[in-house]
Amino acid sequence: MTASTGTTTLSGTTAARASGRRRGAPSWLASAVLALIGLCFVVPLSWLVLASLDAEATYETQVPSSFSLANFTEILTPEQTFGPLLNSVILSGGSAVITVIAAVLAAYPLSRFNTRFNRPFLYTVLFGTCLPITAIMVPVYSLFVQLNLLDSLAATTFFMAATSLPMAIWMTKNFMDSVPVSLEEAAWVDGASAMKALWHVVVPLMRPGIGVVFIFVFIQAWGNFFVPFILLFSLENQPAAVSIFRFFGQFGTVAYGQLAAFSILYALPVIVLYVLVSRVFGGSFAMSGALKG
Amino acid sequence: MKLVPLAPALILIGIFLAGPIVWSFYGSFTNAALTGVNAKNPEWIGLDNYTALFSDPLFPQSLLLTVVFVLVSAVIGQNFLGLGLALLMRRAHRVVAAVVGVCVVAAWVLPEIVAAFVAYAFFFRDGTLNQLTGLAGLPAVDWLFEHPMLAVILANIWRGTAFSMMVYQAALNDVPKEVTEAAEIDGAGRGQTLLFVTVPMIRRSIATNLMLITLQTLAVFTLIYVMTAGGPTNRSTTLPIMAYEEAFRYSDIGYGTAIAVVMLIIGAAFSLAYIRLLRERKAS
Repeated sequence: MTASTGTTTLSGTTAARASGRRRGAPSWLASAVLALIGLCFVVPLSWLVLASLDAEATYETQVPSSFSLANFTEILTPEQTFGPLLNSVILSGGSAVITVIAAVLAAYPLSRFNTRFNRPFLYTVLFGTCLPITAIMVPVYSLFVQLNLLDSLAATTFFMAATSLPMAIWMTKNFMDSVPVSLEEAAWVDGASAMKALWHVVVPLMRPGIGVVFIFVFIQAWGNFFVPFILLFSLENQPAAVSIFRFFGQFGTVAYGQLAAFSILYALPVIVLYVLVSRVFGGSFAMSGALKG
Repeated sequence: MKLVPLAPALILIGIFLAGPIVWSFYGSFTNAALTGVNAKNPEWIGLDNYTALFSDPLFPQSLLLTVVFVLVSAVIGQNFLGLGLALLMRRAHRVVAAVVGVCVVAAWVLPEIVAAFVAYAFFFRDGTLNQLTGLAGLPAVDWLFEHPMLAVILANIWRGTAFSMMVYQAALNDVPKEVTEAAEIDGAGRGQTLLFVTVPMIRRSIATNLMLITLQTLAVFTLIYVMTAGGPTNRSTTLPIMAYEEAFRYSDIGYGTAIAVVMLIIGAAFSLAYIRLLRERKAS
């Protein structure tokens, strides 16, 4: 669904780029209005950057009396930063790996064999993609209680993989559809099984698509707050999204500067990944990542 | 045999998605609790949760606030601002358009918890917004306390507009130049061309975008939870916040699940409408 909009915009952007999308000279009024709106979007972010460089930061936006990296050096400890970030890597990387493997396997029969089962299955998958995950967190909590899985990093990883699977299957199937079947047929003639053909012929040809699905699931899991917030509670299991609350002290004191510095460190990987995807695949592509939560 | 590769995906989806959805319908008929006896052995209590829910004055209020939140921040705010930005970008200087694009997308790329803290700092009593209005000589307003809904709505517009903007950028790029040029040669003004030529041509993208941002905004939890936690006195409690509060703060899992079921049904209705839309698009 978003996957399909993603691919159409992909071709749309490249086509527009080739044909030159501008008509007439740029309007100064349009530029001015646009710049003003842009300013509104960027002003709130200034607090984040300035506070991270200010050892005496508050919620006020102010240019620090002296710029310092003290906030960063102070939080770069195993307990404050490295542990939570490692948990985030395990959670996001793990669910991305599981999702991609399950999605590639599932997409293969859906893309290659025409069965009566395909269409209803795909529409069910699409339906699952749209359901608000927020809504099922209370029942998921109950399920985790029944199965004794609360506070388990592995179980949470599998749950997050499951939530991104519908979208991933849909995207992977679209990518796989664009790999010509004739290449596999050659492999079949040579006596390769379907699984062998998938692994040695199809997967190498759709590597960029698999990369996109992986990064997409990773970014989604990395930014997710609600799921680990509900399912993980011991300090050593918390990912960065949840451990961020440690900067709110017990007695109403907030380490604003450290909170901002930590936020930046935590946000950096997804910003890098986003830039990577939009550089390689064109900006609008990454919008397929929007179905969050 | 051919369908065996589907097994891992089906098992994962079955356990972690279909399972909880089915369970939620059952669980909403029990008195399951977070702790105590009812946590291990919940009892069947029939429709009690639903009768309690429908007589709880907080429920219609939350439902209304959810509708207001979705309508004002997504359907009106993100949608029109996104379309406006996409249109302006086609007329503005290339560098300005690119830089503003990055600014708008930045708010959207940030992890949701970081975006929520940034929005909190912005609307906080001593925060950036009051500093700015102070510069203009206006009195300070405690936004999060006096106008909690306005604050979370503006924050959600700030956070989510990038998505609509990108949808409309792509859609506008697919409108052939010749068509709009022909309209202008025929004497149509810019506004008329937009309204009678461009908008009808991108109506499918508009419908898709509206459906998707509605579904996303329906599920927003983190932004509101961090900024106002639903308060003060439930004045910004939308359904996701209400479900969370009832289930985890007041330890009533059964009641929270009943709210979750209501959300699921609303979400399912929109999903079905969206899928119908896609099928029509494929057919045409």
